[in-house]
Amino acid sequence: MPSTCLEIDRVSKRYGEVVALREMTFEVRPGELFGFVGSNGAGKTTTMRIVLGVLAADSGEVRWNGAPVDFATRTRFGYMPEERGLYPKMKVLHQLAYLAELHGMSIQAAQRNAEFWIGKLGLRDRRQDTVQSLSLGNQQRVQLCAALVHEPEVLVLDEPFSGLDPVAVDVMSQVLRDKADEGVPVLFSSHQLDLVQRLCDRVGIVRSGQMVAAGTVAELRSGAAARLIVEAPDAPADWARGLAGVTVTERTAGRWTLELAPGTDEQRILHAALATGPVTEFSRHKPTLGELFRNVVTEGDAR
Amino acid sequence: MTRLVREGRRAVWLIARREIAMQLRSKGFAVSTGVIILVLAGYLLLHTTVLGTGARSTVGLTGQASAVAGQLRVAAEQLGHEVRTVQVPDADTGREQVADGELDVLVSGSPSTLRVLADSQLDESLRNVLNGLTRQQVLAAKLAEAGVEDPGATLGSVYTSQVRVDYLNPPDADLDQRLVVGLVLAVLLYMSVITYGMQVATGVVEEKSSRIVELLLATVRPWQLLLGKVAGIGTVGLCQLAIVGVVGLTLTSVTGVLTVSGVTAGALLWGLVWYLLGFFLYATVFAAAGSLVSRQEETQQVTGPMMAILVIGFVIGFNVLLQGATSSLAVGLSLVPLLSPIMMPARIAMGLAPAWQIAVAILGTLAMIALVTWLAGKIYGNAVLRTGSRVKLREALN
Repeated sequence: MPSTCLEIDRVSKRYGEVVALREMTFEVRPGELFGFVGSNGAGKTTTMRIVLGVLAADSGEVRWNGAPVDFATRTRFGYMPEERGLYPKMKVLHQLAYLAELHGMSIQAAQRNAEFWIGKLGLRDRRQDTVQSLSLGNQQRVQLCAALVHEPEVLVLDEPFSGLDPVAVDVMSQVLRDKADEGVPVLFSSHQLDLVQRLCDRVGIVRSGQMVAAGTVAELRSGAAARLIVEAPDAPADWARGLAGVTVTERTAGRWTLELAPGTDEQRILHAALATGPVTEFSRHKPTLGELFRNVVTEGDAR
Repeated sequence: MTRLVREGRRAVWLIARREIAMQLRSKGFAVSTGVIILVLAGYLLLHTTVLGTGARSTVGLTGQASAVAGQLRVAAEQLGHEVRTVQVPDADTGREQVADGELDVLVSGSPSTLRVLADSQLDESLRNVLNGLTRQQVLAAKLAEAGVEDPGATLGSVYTSQVRVDYLNPPDADLDQRLVVGLVLAVLLYMSVITYGMQVATGVVEEKSSRIVELLLATVRPWQLLLGKVAGIGTVGLCQLAIVGVVGLTLTSVTGVLTVSGVTAGALLWGLVWYLLGFFLYATVFAAAGSLVSRQEETQQVTGPMMAILVIGFVIGFNVLLQGATSSLAVGLSLVPLLSPIMMPARIAMGLAPAWQIAVAILGTLAMIALVTWLAGKIYGNAVLRTGSRVKLREALN
């Protein structure tokens, strides 16, 4: 069902002189976990707030089911804001049922769903406690319940993993995976890149209000310039200098990291290396998401 | 379109329902209602004792003076003074009872030379009644000496003759009571508007400081949140006022402090109407003020100017009413939209407000509500999502 895509189409936003988003464009497909990464201030939160209509875009459009998102469709979105927010003096169950009702559910369905998610996230003993009496980790669980309690058809979560212990991270990951498997597009931001790499179907890297790379982790990794690691203990310092399409990026005692221009023949390099003496390691290096991210960010800084 | 309107109303109702539930469940509501009722009861009790001593006297009679008991009661009643007579065995017992306050006065001696013993002061009308009785006795004796055949009939015609009084402005017998009702009402309304207006401001700041406002505004519009909150808290205030009013009305009727229950009931109904007008006039402004700040500590700062207007308005208004509810200043102030909700119901309760003035005040207040709500809605909508430092009023109005 490609029609239930969440599309962010050339969305721009500026705060006075500061450009927060510059034609931000990407899509989250149904049943897909989309990880949103970028340094602080890159525009992730601004994008999410615009998707939820909490903030108005200067230009551009957010579409869902092929139609521009309006107030009525947003009630079917689930949202976890960056700044966590719940009524501190309201009891967990009462609060969740209230939020479900506000999203248009009947009182019975709201009550049922609140109970369901409270059970699912292990808060059953806490359901009659006020939110302010809970630990931060449990408050975070309630916050996730608040995003899920009205059976949303789109999920937008700003930093859902921050401040969670490893067990809670697993619970949260599983819940997001399950929701995606139900066909819900899930968009979330995180700074935990290993987690994003492991969990997400696709990843988008944002820099200065623009989407600079988006795709599956495999696509992103293969898109990066190919790297070779060559260990040749007897090779002279300048053995690789004459090779066409090769740049030395790193060198430590007999170990070279080479960046290859597209189309460069690796075998030719191996021959050149063997000509200097024994070769103890010759491997292709795949960058991690973290390295990709750092590359993207430093490229931006260099400009 | 109609579906959207229905959904919109549903959201407002849900928000209002939450406010009502949270307020009624809090200890604050029960405690404040109790305190107001206690204060009111205390005030009424004070009034009973003060009014009671003026209108009623207990008179002890001893010796020959006992013979005038019946005449004393009848004569006092003609002057609108209620007298209870008590037979006292001897003068010493009577003296003690006067000292204890059991008796207001002790009357002894023969009917023609009555002697009165009071504690520290003697009620003027009682003194007149007793003087009249003595004179009557003396006159009767003199008439008998002079050989008048039926001294009783002569005396009767002498004592029943009175001057006839015509008034240019007939005094309203109930005016004192109406004045009390009006002033109590003004105080209650003033307190309700301030208390529940402050609740609105605190509630708005709570939503901002806890950041839940972002979650809420992802599914409801700012005006729905504002309206729901104001309506919910306003309803709670209305309930409290109604409870206090009904309890007060019952207390006053049972204790007999007020004999004008009809007037009081009418005043209470008008009071509820004016509470609604006054609350809606100020509540949205309180909400707008609250939306400017993100921390509960700053609430006082932003609501300060409004509180000052309310307090100064109330103090001036109350004093003007005390000094003369019919003065043109009182009439003028009660027609000023920001002051009408406190002044007008008091004047209505006093029975001093003609229909046209009530109509002008209501229309003026409604117009003011429209203007203020429009402005406050704008400020609230612009400021409620801006967390962090205090939002400047000028920025919020853009």
